[in-house]
Amino acid sequence: MINLTDMAKALGLTTFCCSDQLNRQIHGVYCGDLLSDVLANADAGFLWITVQMHPNITGVASVKELSGILLSNDRKPLPDTLEKAQQERIPLLGSRLSTYELAIRIGRLLAGDKGYAAAKS
Amino acid sequence: MSPRALVREAEKRGINIVAICDHNSAENVWAGLKAAQKTNVIVIPGMEITSQEEVHILGWFPSVEAALEVQAKVYGALPGRNVPDKFGMQVVADEDDVVLDFNERLLIGATTLPLEEIVRVIKRAGGLAVASHIDREGFSILGQLGFIPPNLALDALEVTSALGIAKAKALYPNYSAIFPFVCSSDAHCLEDLGRGITELECEAASFEEICMAIKGIEDRRIC
Repeated sequence: MINLTDMAKALGLTTFCCSDQLNRQIHGVYCGDLLSDVLANADAGFLWITVQMHPNITGVASVKELSGILLSNDRKPLPDTLEKAQQERIPLLGSRLSTYELAIRIGRLLAGDKGYAAAKS
Repeated sequence: MSPRALVREAEKRGINIVAICDHNSAENVWAGLKAAQKTNVIVIPGMEITSQEEVHILGWFPSVEAALEVQAKVYGALPGRNVPDKFGMQVVADEDDVVLDFNERLLIGATTLPLEEIVRVIKRAGGLAVASHIDREGFSILGQLGFIPPNLALDALEVTSALGIAKAKALYPNYSAIFPFVCSSDAHCLEDLGRGITELECEAASFEEICMAIKGIEDRRIC
């Protein structure tokens, strides 16, 4: 199973906080920028890719028990967001790539991973 | 925030009009109104409604009845239940700070109502529809949509105290030509009350006078 450390290395991601939590396994991925949509549709253990950088994203990630949040398009978390993420122990990652580009690359990574495939079957 | 403490703090800071605008609910408005009786503070029944697009819109209403009429519509379109240990307890209190109930709806969530419908509903109830904190990244009309849809019948645009009305006019000259700006505290705690205010020139502290000032009618105006 791929974890956030593997993901960060393979995609050259920036880690904004909680680097000690990167051993979390990724059970899936959700792409979305409406918090209500993520609350309704993301599952526990998912990595969430979004452009939203405000503090409420940490509440959503916490409630849904997501493995982490990946900010696309070179977005950086607001100071309050960083603080809340550290308090809630939610890894915040970043990339200059778009959500689409990240999804494609992560999709390829997960498709090639036997552990992930076995878990999904 | 305790209704009594809110009114006391407003008096202390020389604020004479406070709109109580909880997220997607107006259940605490009664307590605020009662707590303000026999003081120099008037409380405007309000609500901050989250649209389907996750845009925050403020409704300021002429009466509690109007606010509760809109609340019924909002409640009917608001999915989800609150998670108190993640999003906090949603207290309903009376004017003596006695806890009456806990609201179990997910008030921090988004309704299924489109932006245009929310503005229509507020206006139909006789209220003022104000786009919240347009200069903020999150949950603002400009943050979520990137623009203000033409013909959206907003009465005003709210900016944060960090920006202020004067700077807002310079930053958004095109919108400034169409909409008046207001500035509010958006206070989620007592300490923040009064950090942003809108000064009005009008004959009395009342909803009707606020409407006239926002619309620039008969010498009433936003200063």
